Amino acid sequence: MERKRIDTDVLIIGGGTAGCFAAMVLGKSPDVRVTIAEKAGIRRSGCLAAGVNAINAYITKGHVPQDYVDYARHDADGIVRGDLLLSMSERLNHVTKVMENLGLVILKDENGEYVSRGWRNIKINGENIKPLLADAASAQKNVTILNHVNITDYLTVPADAAPENHADGEFIPSGRRIAGAVGFSVNEPLAYEIHAKAVLVATGGAAGIYRPNNPGFSRHKMWYPPFNTGAGYAMGIRAGAEMTTFEMRFIALRCKDTIAPTGTIAQGVGAKQVNSLGEIYENKYGLTTSERVYGTVEEMREGRGPCYLKTKGISKDAEESLYRAYLNMAPSQTLKWFEGGQGPSEENVEIQGTEPYIVGGHTASGYWIRNDRSTTIEGLFAAGDVAGGAPQKYVTGALAEGEIAAESILKLLAKDAKGSVQKHLMNAAGTNDVALTKEADGLIDAYEAQLSNPEFLMTTEEIEEAMQKIMDEYAGGISTAYRYNEASLELADKHIRSLEALVPRLAAAAFAENTDFPEKDPHFQAYVNSVYRDGQIETVLRPLIAENGAEACGNEGRVPG
Amino acid sequence: MSVKINRSKCVGCRQCVEVCPGNLIKIGSDRKAYIPHERDCWGCTSCIKECRFGAIDFFLGPDLEGRGTKLSVSRNENGYVWTFTDIHGHVRQISINAKDANRY
Repeated sequence: MERKRIDTDVLIIGGGTAGCFAAMVLGKSPDVRVTIAEKAGIRRSGCLAAGVNAINAYITKGHVPQDYVDYARHDADGIVRGDLLLSMSERLNHVTKVMENLGLVILKDENGEYVSRGWRNIKINGENIKPLLADAASAQKNVTILNHVNITDYLTVPADAAPENHADGEFIPSGRRIAGAVGFSVNEPLAYEIHAKAVLVATGGAAGIYRPNNPGFSRHKMWYPPFNTGAGYAMGIRAGAEMTTFEMRFIALRCKDTIAPTGTIAQGVGAKQVNSLGEIYENKYGLTTSERVYGTVEEMREGRGPCYLKTKGISKDAEESLYRAYLNMAPSQTLKWFEGGQGPSEENVEIQGTEPYIVGGHTASGYWIRNDRSTTIEGLFAAGDVAGGAPQKYVTGALAEGEIAAESILKLLAKDAKGSVQKHLMNAAGTNDVALTKEADGLIDAYEAQLSNPEFLMTTEEIEEAMQKIMDEYAGGISTAYRYNEASLELADKHIRSLEALVPRLAAAAFAENTDFPEKDPHFQAYVNSVYRDGQIETVLRPLIAENGAEACGNEGRVPG
Repeated sequence: MSVKINRSKCVGCRQCVEVCPGNLIKIGSDRKAYIPHERDCWGCTSCIKECRFGAIDFFLGPDLEGRGTKLSVSRNENGYVWTFTDIHGHVRQISINAKDANRY
């Protein structure tokens, strides 16, 4: 395996929504060398590959950013970071404008105002949203793009003890400073050792932990990208970063089989959730994201399934619009309607819950970060699906976080240029150059060992399926209606020790997934954080943090109109 | 859920290899694209939208009620034309202007 060393100022791991936007922002500082390492090709990689047809995080007229914070807090049953949500919400409209300037088509009324779908959604043609972002990132002269390079590990050095790096409220530095990362080309036998002054981790969340909805041929027909494997979480855990809220899984309500989004039907044509008896059941359980899934699961458990979105009777015009809307984000659904011979105007759309995903863009799982998006590893920043504490990001929230992280990185590098506190750090990194290369060599040796192991009996695919079976059966997958208890989790733990940090723990859940504790426990109005130290996962409960960064008490969420 | 690459139309330009978010498409020794593991496909249709030679079709697996209809896409000056061709050869087309936003 050939080895290549790259030196850069800023390494962005993952050229998806947040990563590309951050690169574009860093492009305004031409002296800063930026490298994006993307395991596929940035033009269509990540969550936006198929496109989107709405901006679901937008502050429409008559609303303020605080309304969005309140909505996200309510939806996550209070387990959110008020400070992160507010700084994100304040930028939602600004990043939308940037996307429009890049060429994103947004529906406007006769007065030139955006047409809203709900109080926080606007309608777009987002089929090309990823190519627009990728082009904007590629156009920056100081940005180098390494497509088809998969990063697997961080390179770190001991952090110095400058005063500003001491514990800061609930943020306890890990004692390590980022110095780069190691990865490999997916197309040729080439390994990369990348040295960087600052790193932004902007990889995806994790699909494929649980047995998916569709087995066999269509196993990858899921809502969340099956290629988002949680590598960014794994790298952080292994490097000793503090992580948060992994117990909060995201289970989406989706069109059965195609696992296509349901919001376009529910919000677009106002379709209600009905059971097999034709009864509208959604009001019985509530309308938050998790309550919509919970209601569907309960109706099925009680023998009133299958469940549907009641579309029968919508106009042919509305039906045609749905065909088009889905072609712009989930073409398989339009194809399924055609294959079945009956469109949504003639037949209700069957719905189901997905397998659980771990994704900080929808729930709050990920790196434990400060409001500037810095992690507990010095010089490492996180944005998008790997950044914890700020759920309901959707596309614009990820863009906003990419921008905040990029600005924070520029501040860090500016300090460095002035030779203040950061100079010490860079010296530390410099003196460790030999040690770093040695560390990188060790990691690359491990790739080679893996590639040349002739005795390997099992494939990674077999191991993946075994893991999914364990998680499904013991850790609250689809087959147990998302329920687990202490005994089943212990079995899961026993079977998957290496994935210990990702196993859902006893914690506050929006509904009773934990059958040992079906009632809400106010004790868990807190963040369940974890740190990997000396081969063990330590779990820490941290108090809720309000919008101003201070400790909050309990859930004060309200739902805006 | 997967794609079929029509080797007679493929010119080996590698664009599908470049854009597949799962790195699933490879170039064979005949310099044509192929997908070694069809069941790994997510169904995002990036490759069929990016292929300038109309060499890639999309279909639903039988486990998703796929009944043999092929979906292809071509580009014109206004946007995309999606073409559905069922097993009897019946064709249905939907044109989407890139300047038109979703109504829902």
